[in-house]
Amino acid sequence: MADHDHDHPREHGSELSETQLRVRALETILTEKGYVDPAALDAIVETYETKVGPRNGSLVVAKAWTDPAFRQALLKDATAAVGTLGHVSPVGDHLVAVENTPQRHNMIVCTLCSCYPWEMLGLPPVWYKSAPYRSRAVKDPRGVLADFGVKLPKETEIRVWDSTAETRFIVLPMRPAGTEGWSEERLADLVTRDSMIGTGLARPPAEIAR
Amino acid sequence: MNGVHDMGGMDGFGKVEVEPNEPPFHERWEGRVLALQRALGYAGAWHIDDSRFAQEALPPQTYLAASYYWRWTLGMQKNLLERGFVTQDEIAAGRALRPGKPLPRKLTADVVQAGMTRSSFFRQQQGPARFKPGDRVRTKNINPPTHTRLPRYARGKLGTVELIHGCHAYPDSVATGRGDDPQWLYTVVFDAREIWGADADPTLKISIDAFEPYLEPA
Repeated sequence: MADHDHDHPREHGSELSETQLRVRALETILTEKGYVDPAALDAIVETYETKVGPRNGSLVVAKAWTDPAFRQALLKDATAAVGTLGHVSPVGDHLVAVENTPQRHNMIVCTLCSCYPWEMLGLPPVWYKSAPYRSRAVKDPRGVLADFGVKLPKETEIRVWDSTAETRFIVLPMRPAGTEGWSEERLADLVTRDSMIGTGLARPPAEIAR
Repeated sequence: MNGVHDMGGMDGFGKVEVEPNEPPFHERWEGRVLALQRALGYAGAWHIDDSRFAQEALPPQTYLAASYYWRWTLGMQKNLLERGFVTQDEIAAGRALRPGKPLPRKLTADVVQAGMTRSSFFRQQQGPARFKPGDRVRTKNINPPTHTRLPRYARGKLGTVELIHGCHAYPDSVATGRGDDPQWLYTVVFDAREIWGADADPTLKISIDAFEPYLEPA
């Protein structure tokens, strides 16, 4: 894949090849010393590239929108509720779902590193791990929301959850109006990754092609 | 430690820049680094808190300048060297010069799914929980030079216990070689004005997950 290097003008060519070489050398050393198995590394990378992504979370949200008993179970014990669905690998016992309402909007951050519900949303995007987001989310969440083009009523309570332990949070966004009778699959198309982090809202139904 | 990683409330980093249709990895090496980290974690080379502390302890200018996975690489290399899994001459040579140290287990392709399942951090409780939801608490003013998960902005602040998450491995002890030292874990919520002062957004509430040793009754 080194031939892709030129597709990323933000990286300097020489710096990049240096990085590539150093990581390759590290992998070689760790393999030769018997600590890691390259085939297992391949399988891990493949899983993150092709299998784990925000669709897992979208389906959970869509189910909560259509099934009141599931919604209740999810808010009470998200790990157990998600475990009943079977499409998500175990979340290590510590998932908490927090619900947006007309009165309250939730947002998730990890100010200290990059804690994120990988099993539900896949790998965190670069912005989630970046200094601008980590520094501002707890002090100026409305400003952060503005960066995402989201403006909430000034009386809406904003609740920011800083993931400082092994608990992982996922936002249950509000179901958009005009989606009565929709299937879970179709509703899931409205549930964006950002809406489950709390830096976005679910998409309005008009946005998706029929 | 009071490192540059503890970013909550800092100013001057600018706008949040979103990359549309961001790929899982921007370069092939990023995926390899993630996979190496996972494999070494499964093997029991060190704990997740050791990984975090190795990155936090990077020089601040290095921490801020490095891309995310490069920071992982630097932290991993630091742990490999400090714990004697790899030696500096091997890094320089780009190959193993002597046999590896024994590790509890090895992640092989047939057990990758198991290896990717996140560990549980629940631990056997050592005593009853000191606080319950609704209790008023004050976070301690602590400034350890070692790893802690109590962010600076939330130290010495008055808050309310909202959730109790059971007993968990305690990062401050894990990352200093003192074992799991299980502690009760709570979600503690603060009014933004308690944290940022009278001018703060009155509609804003912030919570952290706080281990019991971070808290005292208020």
